[in-house]
Amino acid sequence: MIAKSSGKLLLLAPLLLFLGLAYVVPFLGIVRWSFTLPEPGIGQYRAVFSDPLVQSVFLRTLRICLVVTAASLLAAYAIAYVWVRGTRLQRMLAEFCILVPFWISVLTRAFGWLALLSNRGLINTWLEAAGITSEPLALARNELGVIIGMTHFLIPFAVFPIASAMRSIDERVLLAARGMGASRSRIFWTVFVPLTSGGLIGAALIVFVFALGFFVTPAILGGGRSVMVAELVYLRIFQSPDWGLGAAISVILVLFIGVLLAMMRRFIKPAHLVG
Amino acid sequence: MPQRIPASEITAAQIGAAEINAENIGKTFGAFRALNDLSLDIRRGEFLTLLGPSGSGKTTFLMILAGFIAPSEGRLMMNGKDITHVPAEDRSYGMVFQGYALFPHLTVEQNIAFPLKVRRRNSSDIKRRVGAMIERVGLVGHEKKLPAKLSGGQQQRVALARALVFEPSVLLLDEPFSALDKNLRALMQEEVKRLHQETGTTFVFVTHDQSEALALSSRVAIFNHGELLQIGGPQDVYERPASRFVAEFLGEINLLPLKGVIRNGSGATGRFEDRAIILDRATQKIGDEAVAAIRPEHMHLTETPPPADCNAITCCVEGATYLGALTKYHLKTKTGTPIAVSIPTAAASPLNSRTDVWVSWPTREGFLLPAGE
Ligand SMILES: Nc1ncnc2c1ncn2[C@@H]1O[C@H](COP(=O)(O)OP(=O)(O)OP(=O)(O)O)[C@@H](O)[C@H]1O
Ligand SMILES: [Mg+2]
Repeated sequence: MIAKSSGKLLLLAPLLLFLGLAYVVPFLGIVRWSFTLPEPGIGQYRAVFSDPLVQSVFLRTLRICLVVTAASLLAAYAIAYVWVRGTRLQRMLAEFCILVPFWISVLTRAFGWLALLSNRGLINTWLEAAGITSEPLALARNELGVIIGMTHFLIPFAVFPIASAMRSIDERVLLAARGMGASRSRIFWTVFVPLTSGGLIGAALIVFVFALGFFVTPAILGGGRSVMVAELVYLRIFQSPDWGLGAAISVILVLFIGVLLAMMRRFIKPAHLVG
Repeated sequence: MPQRIPASEITAAQIGAAEINAENIGKTFGAFRALNDLSLDIRRGEFLTLLGPSGSGKTTFLMILAGFIAPSEGRLMMNGKDITHVPAEDRSYGMVFQGYALFPHLTVEQNIAFPLKVRRRNSSDIKRRVGAMIERVGLVGHEKKLPAKLSGGQQQRVALARALVFEPSVLLLDEPFSALDKNLRALMQEEVKRLHQETGTTFVFVTHDQSEALALSSRVAIFNHGELLQIGGPQDVYERPASRFVAEFLGEINLLPLKGVIRNGSGATGRFEDRAIILDRATQKIGDEAVAAIRPEHMHLTETPPPADCNAITCCVEGATYLGALTKYHLKTKTGTPIAVSIPTAAASPLNSRTDVWVSWPTREGFLLPAGE
């Protein structure tokens, strides 16, 4: 038993070593900065919790992440449903929609959305040309743009755990419900959805945790007006050299994500995440 | 709502039980013919078992009855009305699936209440019926458990309770006991039999276990390759099988090729090796050659010649298998035809291998089947 598990540990060793060198050591450095720059103490943490600007960024981040999570789950559920239970053609189409975004970089996608959503972007040009609007709708360079871009990026990550949960439903259970006279909508809401709840929770946590650390999409689609936590850290470190505060914000973010991941481990099976 | 018929015509227990007529049902999956021109009448309140080897189309037929799949040809009548195109949710038969198909996220109580909630019964009515059903299937004390926390037999009971709680006019059961061990199986068979008697509902039961079929049913329908080979009471099909397949599928049987077969009255005579064989019953149309079929438990073993009113052949003992209540002897005739004889162990005497004995059976046992396959 012991020999066996130590053997497995040996196989994992290179990965652990890499993770340690690439993440844990630098993170410890950041923790040190947060307590030492510009002077030793917990002053930076106090600043995080008293600075109204930092607080408003935290609140905005939370709000955007919640909306993005909800929107991604909704869209992912529909896509996963078609992917798992659709006709052959529908399945292929869904698969295409899920995989294509993976081949295009975050940056390209953010600029793509900008081209669609900005004041002189495709959508506003069309709307005005069609006489539906007289002045451009504010679709980008604000929270709405950020939410659209992030949701689009995160949907595929939500699709996998949800589709995996849908696939593991025993077809006969659904047949049984039908045989008892249940309508399609009742079967969907009282049997199908509850049986995918594990996948939904997993998807929600993945999307939420990913969303918390988003940098590129908000920076481009938010137009500097919808700064999220990751961008704030960047600004604190690279523009107003205030390394201690940036480090303290990072540490808080990492701790928060750690708590979320611990929750994820409690609620769902890892199998639901990989799909 | 199950259709009601005048109470004078049927017994109280059978009110609401349905009568189903399958007429020339066929089903093709792609190029594969799963069911072929199948006509079958299911009587009001009966316990009909569909018996057949794996892949013979039993489940397909049951799914057509339930309305989960549509037949490619033919029609289905219930109580005189055409229901071929009525969807499953409107037929609302009780159904017990292989593997139970319980709702894994609902407790025992909630599982059983599901069909009642679908029917929008009021909550006090639901509570009363669910409680009564839980008591009836012996699940008191397990109401709040999730299916995963139950044993196989208990899950089986939940599936039965859930299928019966809304008093369906038909209960369909697809190999419900195949995952249970032998004791539990016997217990559940008793339970299903009792539920059938208590509810008076029409039961259609699928199995590939012949002893289960014989023990439970009022009638047995034997399927093979998508065709209905024979239907009749357990005793009919066991003792008067219409074909060699049915004879062999329902239990071990000895087959003796006969020559010079002559019909006389309701029976027939023929020659096996150097001995005349007399059979009192010969319902089949047969030619000059035929096969005499005799069940192992109808044969006797003696070391001296048997009485004259019995058929008798001489055999050589090859060995014996102890089966608990029965001991089975393996023998060979002079020309090498294998014979099996089952004898209650209490009455069996030890016989050495290689001894010659008499195998005999009364002329009223056994039947004739056409020669060849
Ligand atoms: N949806 C389907 N598509 C294609 N072929 C099918 C389908 N359903 C059943 N069949 C085929 O039809 C035949 C009969 O299947 P069925 O499930 O009715 O057999 P069965 O008698 O219930 O067997 P078992 O005892 O193994 O459950 C099988 O050969 C099966 O492969
Ligand atoms: Mg089957």
